[in-house]
Amino acid sequence: MISSTHGGLWRVAWTIAWRGLHTYVRRPDLLVPSLVFPLVFFASFAGGLSALGSVPGFHFPAGYTAFQFVFVLCQSAMFGGLFTGFSLAFDFESGFARRLMLAAEDRRGIALGYALVALSRAAITLALITAVALATGMRITGDGIDIFGLYGLAFMLTLIGYGWAAGVAFRFRSIQAGPLMQTPVFLLLFLAPVYVPLALLKGWIHSVASINPATAFLDAGRGLISGVQEHTALAFVCALALIVLFTIWMLSGLRSAENSA
Amino acid sequence: MSLLRTQIGVLARRSMLKTLRQPFQLFPIVFFPLILLAVNASGLKAATHLPGFPTHSYISFAIAVAFIQGGMFSLINTGTNLAEDIESGFFHRLALTPLRRVALIAGLLVGVAALGVLQSAVYMLMGLVAGAHLDAGIGGVGVVLVLGALTAVAFGAFGCAAALQTGSGEAVQGLFPLFFVFIFLSSSNLPRNLLKTGWFHTIANVNPISYLIEAFRSLYIYGWDATALWRGFAVVIGLTILGLLAVAGAMRTRMQRT
Repeated sequence: MISSTHGGLWRVAWTIAWRGLHTYVRRPDLLVPSLVFPLVFFASFAGGLSALGSVPGFHFPAGYTAFQFVFVLCQSAMFGGLFTGFSLAFDFESGFARRLMLAAEDRRGIALGYALVALSRAAITLALITAVALATGMRITGDGIDIFGLYGLAFMLTLIGYGWAAGVAFRFRSIQAGPLMQTPVFLLLFLAPVYVPLALLKGWIHSVASINPATAFLDAGRGLISGVQEHTALAFVCALALIVLFTIWMLSGLRSAENSA
Repeated sequence: MSLLRTQIGVLARRSMLKTLRQPFQLFPIVFFPLILLAVNASGLKAATHLPGFPTHSYISFAIAVAFIQGGMFSLINTGTNLAEDIESGFFHRLALTPLRRVALIAGLLVGVAALGVLQSAVYMLMGLVAGAHLDAGIGGVGVVLVLGALTAVAFGAFGCAAALQTGSGEAVQGLFPLFFVFIFLSSSNLPRNLLKTGWFHTIANVNPISYLIEAFRSLYIYGWDATALWRGFAVVIGLTILGLLAVAGAMRTRMQRT
């Protein structure tokens, strides 16, 4: 049973968060890929596809680098959450999470603790990508409030990615479920206007992207960085709804893990 | 000689069946390159409007990348399977039998080549269904299959070397991102003449994967382009030789430990 001591919840959460973050920064096999991958994506998309900025009909005030930066920011934010789900699954496989469930005063603290790890991991990655993007000459034409909104949205995406992955991890309790965590998020992100705006997509991808919530996230993010806002309210409402949905999914998964223990 | 052939044949069959019987290994080989092709072909279609883009069909341009991604999955599958054999002790038991050492690796790589042909045929077929046009015609089908098999062998050899060196499936899996970077930093999404960012253009020019992609691509877009083809074959043969040298070195160390 999930107990309800408030102090216990945070005690467990902080302890797990400290351990998770400590492990993350001390293990190069976790830290390096999580930092290098977004940079490779950024280099490949913003550098390799910069000619797309000259495609007829492509108008983005902040330039193609900023256009792609928002995609990489959203992707890194979601994958920060996702990879924390991997760590949770790994902890179950190694038996650590089961021992944790026996010891925790309030088991919701376990879910909350890993959520804090996800947010911290995302913060490190997002800071690095932003620094590299600015160093390579990315232009930001939005104001301070817009940028605050952009990073707020990114952290909400981290919670969405984490909520989904943690729900899977609590149910399957094995790293074998990795593809199940990763594939839907990967598809969600890539079936959106990644390379060019929605208006320039043609055929089936346009139809899919039009109803994909990730399109709203990218449009809002690109609107915020350029100061020409588009779908901002829709993106925040979608993100909030998905956080609520995946929190329920994650907590029901936690209950399933408790029942199986 | 016939004994060696039998040994290679048996191990090649085992290597193929091991992959074909595991949905977790088959799924990424078939699913990922095709889904990426579908997404990129639709998402990047606008690139065909750029002046200097060589074709009006982005899928004919992009399908080349699927063959390289297939090769990367060969690296992971071959390496993971061999590492599993090492971890379970099967490889060491094999090494104690009269089986010739060369057959141990040749068997694996022949299996990889056969899978390379199979996966290339799947990509070609799916590309055809999606509207990719192979300008080189029937003769081009044969060249794509040979190049696909060689690509799988070249990457598979690196997978074997990593498995022999580390003896760990997890370490082999860790190589995947490293090799994936080579695809990203190449002419995979746009032709080199349209890579406008200076440093990216330079990296794509020195990245051998660009030339391998362009060999496959030339058969789809230009028909028979001798320069693109010899460069592609030179890259894949060079990579195979490097991979085999790495295997030989790692094998020696592994056998000394046995």
